[in-house]
Amino acid sequence: MQIVEVDRLSYAYSGNLVLNDISFTIDEGDILGIIGPNGAGKTTLFSCMLGLHDDYTGTIKILGEDIKKKKNNKIFKSIGYIPQKKTVEQSFPATVEEIVSLGLRVGEKTAKEKITLALETVGLLAQKDRRVGELSGGQQQRVLIAKAMVNDPRLLILDEPATGIDLEMQNRFYSLLKKLNQENKITIILASHDLDAVNRFATSVACINRSMFFHGKTYEFFENPDLLKAYSESSMQAHMHLHNYRG
Amino acid sequence: MVLEALEFGFLQRAIIAGVSVAITSSVIGLFLVLRRNSLFGDALSHAAFGGIAIGLVTNVYPLWTGLILSVLGAVGITKLRQSAKIPADATVAILLSSGLALGILLISLSGGFTLDLFSFLFGSILLVSIEDTLAILTMTGIIIAIIILLYRQLVYITFDEEQAQVSGLPISKLNYLFVILSSVAVIVSMRLVGILLVSSLLVIPNVTALLFNKGFRKTALISVLISIFSVVTGITISYVANLAPAGTIVLVSVAAFLTVLTARYYLKKKQAVKKLEEARS
Repeated sequence: MQIVEVDRLSYAYSGNLVLNDISFTIDEGDILGIIGPNGAGKTTLFSCMLGLHDDYTGTIKILGEDIKKKKNNKIFKSIGYIPQKKTVEQSFPATVEEIVSLGLRVGEKTAKEKITLALETVGLLAQKDRRVGELSGGQQQRVLIAKAMVNDPRLLILDEPATGIDLEMQNRFYSLLKKLNQENKITIILASHDLDAVNRFATSVACINRSMFFHGKTYEFFENPDLLKAYSESSMQAHMHLHNYRG
Repeated sequence: MVLEALEFGFLQRAIIAGVSVAITSSVIGLFLVLRRNSLFGDALSHAAFGGIAIGLVTNVYPLWTGLILSVLGAVGITKLRQSAKIPADATVAILLSSGLALGILLISLSGGFTLDLFSFLFGSILLVSIEDTLAILTMTGIIIAIIILLYRQLVYITFDEEQAQVSGLPISKLNYLFVILSSVAVIVSMRLVGILLVSSLLVIPNVTALLFNKGFRKTALISVLISIFSVVTGITISYVANLAPAGTIVLVSVAAFLTVLTARYYLKKKQAVKKLEEARS
C-alpha cells in the first residue's frame, strides 16, 4: 500500500519557486531518505505534507486521502513529526513525562501505560522525571520521538534529526528508527545531509534540489557513481550560492 | 491585632478576593511568561484603562467597558500578529499606548482624575464589596475550569506551536481563547493591584517559581502558592502598617523572588563545591 503519494507538487514563496513539480510515492513500511543541499526545499516539502502550507499546487495524498480536501485533521493524527533540531530551552518547566504526554489524544484512558512504553522504547524511562531542557540534544530528540510514539503513528517524518548530535548518539538514534520501522511497522521519511546514514538506514532515496533529482531504491543511488558525482556537484553549487548570497 | 482585624468584613472580603486573584493571575501568567509575552498583561490593562475611562465618562459600570475594550484589544493584536506578521513586542506597544492615550484623552475631556479612576489605577482591594467578591470568584472559577479542561492543549502550544498545529490542534482558536482569558484575568486582578501593577502579579510569582527547576504542574503550583503568600502577607502588612495594599503586595512578591534567587545562588555554589570535593576524593 502506498502511504504517501505526492503528485506534481509546486510551491512558491515570495515569488520564488521553492518546490517545482515534485512527484514521488512511499510504500508502507519503507524508510525514505530525502537528501539535498541547504535550501533545496526539504523542510518546505514537509511543511506542505503536514498541512502547514496549503497554498501549493498539485496533490498530496496520505493514507489515500488528499490532505487539502480533508476538512478534519484525522490524517495528521497518524503522523509523528520531529522538526529540525531545536534545543528545548533549559528553563522550560516540563519533565520528560509531561512532554511525552502532549502527544496523547485528548481523553486517552491508557495514558500512563502508553507513556511508559514509549519511554521504554526510546530508552528514556529512567529520565522521565527530569526536565527536558536538562537533557542532551540526542536525548531531547528521543523525547520527541516518544511523544510521537504515544499517538501510534503510521508515518514518522523527521527533519534532519541527527544534526549536532555526536556520532555514537547518532548511531543509537538511527538504530532506534530502524527498530521502530521493523517492530512497530512505522513508515519513516527522513531528511538528512548525512549520506552515510541514509545509505545505511533508508530503503529508498529521494534527492531534491527544488525539483526531483532522483527517486528510487537506495542501492540504485549509492551504487551509481554518476549520480553521486552529480549530487556532490549540485550540493557544492548550492553551497557556493548560499555563501555568495550571505557574503 | 491581625486576627482581631479578620473579624472585619472588608478584610475578609479582601483576603478572599485577593486569594482568588492570586490563583487566576499566576496560572494565566505562567503561560504568558513561557510564551515570552510577559508584557502582554500590561498592554491589556492599559487597553482596559481606555475602556474604564469610557465607562466613567458615559456612566456605564467601568469594569465592563474595561473588559470589553481589553478583550477587543487582545483579539485585535492577536489578529494583527497572525495576519500582518508584526512582531509580538511591537503589537504590545501599540495596544498599550493606544489604550493609555484613549484613557488620557477621555479623562481630560471629562475634567480630570477622579477618586474612582485612582482606585482603578492603584487598586482598592480593601474596598471590594460582596458583589465584587462574588464577581471575582465567579470569573476565577470560569478561568480555572477552562484552563483545567484545555490544560494539555495550552501546554502544547506553549511548548511548540508548530508541533501542536501538526498534531491537529486548532491553534488559532486556542490562541484567541487564551487572550480572552488573559483579558478577564487582567480585569479581575486590576481590583487588587490596579492597572499600573497588574503585570507584576502575572509575572513575578511565575519567574520565582521557575527558579525551582520543576516540571509544569509543580511550577504552576509553586507559583500559585507564592502568589497567595504575597497577597495575604501584603494585605496584612498594609493593614498593620497603614500602607498602600497594592504596592505592599507587589513588594512582598519581589522580596520572595529575591529570597529564592539568593537561596538558589548559594545552593548551586554549595553543590558545585561538593561535586568538586567528591571528584578530588
